[in-house]
Amino acid sequence: MIRVQTKDFDVGRELSSLTEHNVSIGGIVTFVGTVRGNAEGNDVGAMTLEHYPGMTHKELEKIENTARERWNLAGSLIIHRHGRLKPGDRIVLVITASAHRRDAFEACEFLVDWLKTKAPFWKLEETSDGTRWVASRATDDAASSRWTE
Amino acid sequence: MEVLYFAWLRERTGISQETVQPPDGTDTVEKLITWLKGRSAGHAEAFSDLDVVRVAVNEEYAKLDSPISAGDEVAFFPPVTGG
Repeated sequence: MIRVQTKDFDVGRELSSLTEHNVSIGGIVTFVGTVRGNAEGNDVGAMTLEHYPGMTHKELEKIENTARERWNLAGSLIIHRHGRLKPGDRIVLVITASAHRRDAFEACEFLVDWLKTKAPFWKLEETSDGTRWVASRATDDAASSRWTE
Repeated sequence: MEVLYFAWLRERTGISQETVQPPDGTDTVEKLITWLKGRSAGHAEAFSDLDVVRVAVNEEYAKLDSPISAGDEVAFFPPVTGG
């Protein structure tokens, strides 16, 4: 399931609604990404996430479908926020549920790695030195490409 | 053809979306970029380093040599930084 929204999410409530009444589940993995309060030595006052509405949902759906083909998942959820966020705010939620833990762990890490390099979002940071667009990281590309090796 | 710009490409061109009619023969992303660069100084600056520009045609990732035609939606943006 994919949701792209400006509003915050409640991790506990999302986890319950994804997994309740499904007794085949033996393990649930949850990843929450949050806004860091500093970047390259500068304090970050806020961050604005821009996205490409038409493409974002499709791209996240593709990533989720890939995970569900590769791992045995009983449930999955990706929520990605956009708009202006403050340090400490939640940005992204990824939940994977499976009968046995390894599928859930691996699929969750895969989803986070892939959405960072494929989902069309861009971060604009507001720092004491002004605003700057966050550059993509080679380490994220490496983390993403290891799943295709 | 609709052309969309995101993040700093939107800032440099000064627009988020424009309807364009490039000349006949503009049948690849690369040819479209060459033509778009002539539209303003901002466009030329936005496309000055194609290593940091990504493209999608009709909401699917594409490449410089990908084909395009009238009616397509072509989006230009920097490497993504979500998550």
